[in-house]
Amino acid sequence: MPFPFLKGAWYNISDLSNLSRALLGWVDGWGNDTVAYIAAGLIGVLATMAFLVPSQLGVVWIERRVIGRFQIRRGPNRVGPYGLLQPIADALKVMLKEALTPPAGDKWVFWAAPILMFIPAIGVYAVIPWGKNMAMADLNIGLLYFVALSSLTTIFVFMAGWSSNNKYSLFGAMRVVAMMISYEVPVVVTLLGVSLFTGSLSLSGIVQWQADYHVWLVLLQPMAFIVYYIASTAELNRTPADIAEAESEIVAGYHTEYSGMKFSLFYAAEYTNALAISALVAAVYFGGWYMWGLEQWVPGWLIFIGKLYFFFLVLIWLRGTLPRLRVDQLMAFAWKFLLPLSLVNVFVVGLEVLLWHENGWSAGVTLPAFAVVNLALTVALVYTYARAFGYDRPRAGDIVLRSEIGFVPGPATEGLPGGT
Amino acid sequence: MDGTGIVIAFWVFAAMTVGAALLVVALRNLFHAALALIVAFAGMAGLFVTLSADFLAVGQVLIYVGAISILVIFALMLTPLAGRHNGESRYALPAGGAAAGLAAVVIYAVLNVDWPLRGGEGFDETAALLGEALLDTWVLPFEVVSVLLLAAMIGAIVLVRGDGE
Repeated sequence: MPFPFLKGAWYNISDLSNLSRALLGWVDGWGNDTVAYIAAGLIGVLATMAFLVPSQLGVVWIERRVIGRFQIRRGPNRVGPYGLLQPIADALKVMLKEALTPPAGDKWVFWAAPILMFIPAIGVYAVIPWGKNMAMADLNIGLLYFVALSSLTTIFVFMAGWSSNNKYSLFGAMRVVAMMISYEVPVVVTLLGVSLFTGSLSLSGIVQWQADYHVWLVLLQPMAFIVYYIASTAELNRTPADIAEAESEIVAGYHTEYSGMKFSLFYAAEYTNALAISALVAAVYFGGWYMWGLEQWVPGWLIFIGKLYFFFLVLIWLRGTLPRLRVDQLMAFAWKFLLPLSLVNVFVVGLEVLLWHENGWSAGVTLPAFAVVNLALTVALVYTYARAFGYDRPRAGDIVLRSEIGFVPGPATEGLPGGT
Repeated sequence: MDGTGIVIAFWVFAAMTVGAALLVVALRNLFHAALALIVAFAGMAGLFVTLSADFLAVGQVLIYVGAISILVIFALMLTPLAGRHNGESRYALPAGGAAAGLAAVVIYAVLNVDWPLRGGEGFDETAALLGEALLDTWVLPFEVVSVLLLAAMIGAIVLVRGDGE
């Protein structure tokens, strides 16, 4: 044993909480409570950082390479093999840049906004269940904690936009505030469905429920997953919904005036949030560390991180595929599509929970039946919505861009109307 | 529960709440005052945590820090001269008098009421208990509040709707 002061199975990598417990037990043996408190905090922060810092660098590289492939170019490929050192070069560049402050701006608020922006971004990782027993702080209201902390971002974005004393910054900030308020509602309402079904607000509890019933929640509530994923993606300010920093409209939105490390704090907070949302989706809807028995052979935290990266890749995919929406389209989408769907979801889930528990039906029959019903309902509702309100069918008077892109939606019209 | 940490946390959060609340009144810049208000809300959330009322703390962050403050900021954006010095107020003296009177009443009440103390440990999980209390014992007030909020929302929509729509 190379480290005789560590007790227990700390070398067992299938459950890293053994290691942290052994370390904590060692520190606890010194007999000083304050030191043990600080050590407990430090272990948690260091463990989160051990995931976040390499992920930040890796994810930036992955995103630039993948987006490059989407746009039929190579992406970063000069610094190091396959451009792997590009994020490090970028980090160095950003730290050496001058950090400008607009003279007419609000100096203290301008300075504080990017720093405060990181508090919710990192804070939400406290409740992420990396594996069985591997949540840093297994709060029994973890889900609410996640939602509450991530809603704080709005204020800091607004602080940044306001204090810059720049009209484009303020436009960007106002757009973020309006968008966040709209998308917060479907997010909360869909997560309500999850806690209704599992009877738990703790993220570990939700994952444990999925492991107990051998099912991923996405199979039971596909509609909730779709609504949640779209709404939370919109809150990240990434491309399908990046109206807050739309460079073709408002320069760079709320961080127009930021440069150097302050800008890169916003940039990093955005990636941190994206990873956190991917983690939440993986935990709540895709079983977290549970993978139908695979978790007995592969460490659960590796499965979880694998799922997390998969959902981050989907985010990149969306960014590479979809164009940016207009402000009014985004708002209409939240209020007219996501909110009604999430309300229907809560209603249906509540009814199902009532039927299930009041009648004492067995889970083996009930859950597959619910899965089939909910999937059918989801397909039917989304299809009906697309037929009734969708944009893909031209109505009378619509311009049809046949000659440009060879696309003839609906009844063909000749060329461009009123065209030259 | 009476460790040093919890006492320090209580005093830090109490100082944060009261100090920020004072700043809300004292600051001339309305936007700074709104930010101080947010800090005061966050301090209240911290105080709830020290009382092991975790659900209430998160609710405080979600509703007050996350939503109400955004509403305040929206209202600020519609206020002329919000970012510059707040205009002179003719109501400083009467408002101060009213505030002092209210504070006197509250302090008198706090000091003189025989508060029932509940001994023992706090609840492990408050969310489920709160939910049961709201939908079981207090279901009528709960429903009345929902109807009131719905009426307020519909009223707001009716008020801002243009004639042509």
